[in-house]
Amino acid sequence: MNAPLRRLAIVAALLFAALLTSTTYVQFVAAGSLNSRADNVRSFYKEFGQPRGALLVAGQPVAESVPVKDSYGYQRRYPAGPQYAAVTGFYSVVYGTSGMESAAGPTLSGNSNDLFYRRIGDLITGRTPQPPSVQLTINPKAQQAAWDALGDQRGAVVAMDPSTGAVLALVSKPSFDPNRLASHDTKVVKQSWTDLNKDTTRPMDNRAIAGREYAPGSVFKVVTSAAALSSGKYTPDTLLPGPDKLPLPQSTVPLPNDFDGPCTPSGQISLLEALQISCNTAFGSLGMTLGEQALQQQAQAFGFGKPLSIPLRVSESVFPVNLPQSSLAQSAIGQFSVRVTPMQVCMIAAAVANHGVLMKPYLDEATVGSNLEVMSRTQPKKLAEPISSDAAAQLTTMMQAVVENGTGTRAQIPGVKVAGKTGTAQQGPGQPPNAWFTAFAPADNPKVAVAVVVEDGGSLNERATGGQVAAPIAKKVIQAVLGQ
Amino acid sequence: MALVTSIVPRTRRNVELLLLILAFAVALGAYALVGISSGEGVPADIGAVGGGLVLLTVALHVVIRLRAPYADPVILPIATAINGIGLVMIHRLDMGRHQRFGVAQAPRQLIWTALGIAAAAAVLVLLRDHRPLRRYTYTAMALAIALLLLPLVPGLGQNINGARIWIRVGPMSFQPGELSKLLLAVFFAGYLVTARDSLSLVGRKVLGLQFPRGRDLGPILVAWLASVAVLVFESDLGTSLLFFGLFVALLYVATERTSWIVIGLTLFLGGALVAWQLFAHVQVRVAIWLQPFDPHNKDRAYQLLQGLYGMANGGLLGTGLGEGRPNLVPFAESDFIFASIGEELGLTGLFALLLLYALLVERGLRTAIGVRDGFGKLLAGGMAFSMALQVFVVAGGVTRVIPLTGLTLPFLAYGGSSLLSNWMIVGLLLRISDSARRPAPDSEPAVGLADTEAVTA
Repeated sequence: MNAPLRRLAIVAALLFAALLTSTTYVQFVAAGSLNSRADNVRSFYKEFGQPRGALLVAGQPVAESVPVKDSYGYQRRYPAGPQYAAVTGFYSVVYGTSGMESAAGPTLSGNSNDLFYRRIGDLITGRTPQPPSVQLTINPKAQQAAWDALGDQRGAVVAMDPSTGAVLALVSKPSFDPNRLASHDTKVVKQSWTDLNKDTTRPMDNRAIAGREYAPGSVFKVVTSAAALSSGKYTPDTLLPGPDKLPLPQSTVPLPNDFDGPCTPSGQISLLEALQISCNTAFGSLGMTLGEQALQQQAQAFGFGKPLSIPLRVSESVFPVNLPQSSLAQSAIGQFSVRVTPMQVCMIAAAVANHGVLMKPYLDEATVGSNLEVMSRTQPKKLAEPISSDAAAQLTTMMQAVVENGTGTRAQIPGVKVAGKTGTAQQGPGQPPNAWFTAFAPADNPKVAVAVVVEDGGSLNERATGGQVAAPIAKKVIQAVLGQ
Repeated sequence: MALVTSIVPRTRRNVELLLLILAFAVALGAYALVGISSGEGVPADIGAVGGGLVLLTVALHVVIRLRAPYADPVILPIATAINGIGLVMIHRLDMGRHQRFGVAQAPRQLIWTALGIAAAAAVLVLLRDHRPLRRYTYTAMALAIALLLLPLVPGLGQNINGARIWIRVGPMSFQPGELSKLLLAVFFAGYLVTARDSLSLVGRKVLGLQFPRGRDLGPILVAWLASVAVLVFESDLGTSLLFFGLFVALLYVATERTSWIVIGLTLFLGGALVAWQLFAHVQVRVAIWLQPFDPHNKDRAYQLLQGLYGMANGGLLGTGLGEGRPNLVPFAESDFIFASIGEELGLTGLFALLLLYALLVERGLRTAIGVRDGFGKLLAGGMAFSMALQVFVVAGGVTRVIPLTGLTLPFLAYGGSSLLSNWMIVGLLLRISDSARRPAPDSEPAVGLADTEAVTA
């Protein structure tokens, strides 16, 4: 009976070999994919049990992990709370992550592929790995100014450096306190989550880049102007018809101005003046002359319809297609179904400011180590060249006229040339308009481009215009960046 | 098929003692580590708990010295090491569990360990020779079948985790299948050693394989029906596979006819296939096994997935004792202790553990080869191979080699019945190995002759 016993031993050996193989498969070969599965709470706990890098603004944390004595070991704190919520997002044991907490997650947790060699180094030297922090591009003064100036009004502010694309301010209101969502008390987290989702003002929408999209109203006239100048058939002095009301083909309702009467007594108005006083009839007729394709191409050149990650995901702005002439006239003044994010509007101003070159907006300035030594820095990147530098110079002159002597005079800053454009986007009968303002300054050497939207007329309600409500906010942000 | 085996008549008891000290070092070191990683430092009761374990095992060692001096020196240290690691893991899971959820399980396991070791000692003291066991062949069969059917008795049987292999009497729950494994090994060995001639010599040849006569097929059909009944009524593939595998293996060893393996495997696969088509709970098990990530199986595959995630979390080196989250897995201390070890001690720890089991099985099979009587060969071979099968069924279920079953890892998993019967197996293996390695009385060597060569059948 010994021969079959020996063969039985071989069978037993094969059984153990199968187990060694399957165990190796689970713990080594498939471990990575198992660990990264969405329903694997263990990876979640593991992540929460580790220190996590901070999000820094000018060297100060706006999100940081502090050691605590509970089952997780570290608590995420947001010292500035709601003011930076649109940037930081939250880091919740129940609802996961959002904002930069999500976009920069792999870096903050030290798991980014870019940190591979550093991890190897840590392993060899036995050094306790310290996850890197992410330095943000936000200018704290500009952020504070935007936050304060927006006050209790709903809306958003975006500011960026036109020459690099670095985002200097990103505010969305109403906001929420990420500290409550980062609590380790799941009851508190669930309650505040429920409250935030029930809130009809939608505090968790990031109005600056996503969630809620707005009709741009007259700020879109900058795009229409750009399309006109780019066509080569127009200069700022070209005369356009500017009647009291513009009759629309296939429509019984004509396109009116925001004010009573024609744009000039003669009924003819230059392109520059039309932008300066925001003449709807002139731009409506200009849009119909230029045609859908020209406007569509110009809008796309500025970034409409293209996905963008800063690295927060920015919703795509929309310029409609297959328009009848009447709708094209309305689209040319930023009404009908044109939809934009404040980030997109800011990019338009930034491209004009930067001699026609659009830089890719970004929030992550650098990855820094525990002693703030820079490990990697984001290189500014050119995104597109939507207009020529000549057209940009002409548009700058036109937008300066808006602030100097047009609808945007409330954005004037003594000693600084400001170029801007107002917008008062109608939302429908009985609903107050959304007030817009976009600007850049100084006009001759731009340091900052801004876009402001105030929902439902803000404090002025239905009497609101972009010039009255939004322009002063843009002014405050510009002053903060320029150090005035 | 005569074979020349070298038999070393040295007792090797000091080797056993040395290996035992190693096993203590592993278990007590692990116990200290759990305390340190929890932030409480080396446990204050390490002396008492460790001392107790040392005292018990050393007592068994002394019994071996007195009653089975030639017993295999590796079996006891391996069982002690695995039992110790299991105790530490169960203690560690106790610490990870919130106080209000149930009582601590480690102290209970410690008591069962003590009872198990005492049972092994009792086997060695009461059973001076394994051969008389053969007289109880049919008693063992009757008892085994009774125990197997016990969970089916209404009011007594417990449906735990989808399988009906538990009985509950008052506060005590018991897995009778564990004990019937031992009894069946006795029965199979006793039956086959008698019937081997008729099973192996008569029959006709088909395709080069010697097939038995129709009437000789009786026993294998009975065993097959019994295992299919276990599969269907207790919905436990593990026990079914274990018993039938054990029977076929011993049939093969007894008759040396490959045809039995062909017949056995065909019958088992056929039975399993039919059961899979007929019974919903078998289909569920298979579905979980094949598609654990399917959203449709989300709740049913929860335990398996948590186990896999735990093992993946452990990776190559493990999180370290007390540093992982094995408590996330349901039944982390019993059915899924393999995954718990994998999480905290890593692939490295599981390899060490599997090698310990493999070594234990190898020592058992070596005992079977070494012992002179057919009954002893079959009994030792059966017990050793059933250990291998059981480890395969459990660990294979956790790592998705086969569908998940309700069996537990010998010596490691929480459970009194399992500990008790496995320590009794250790007692029996020690007893048989003693007679395997003891110089044959009829060839008692002349004084001064150290090694003896014995020819065994």
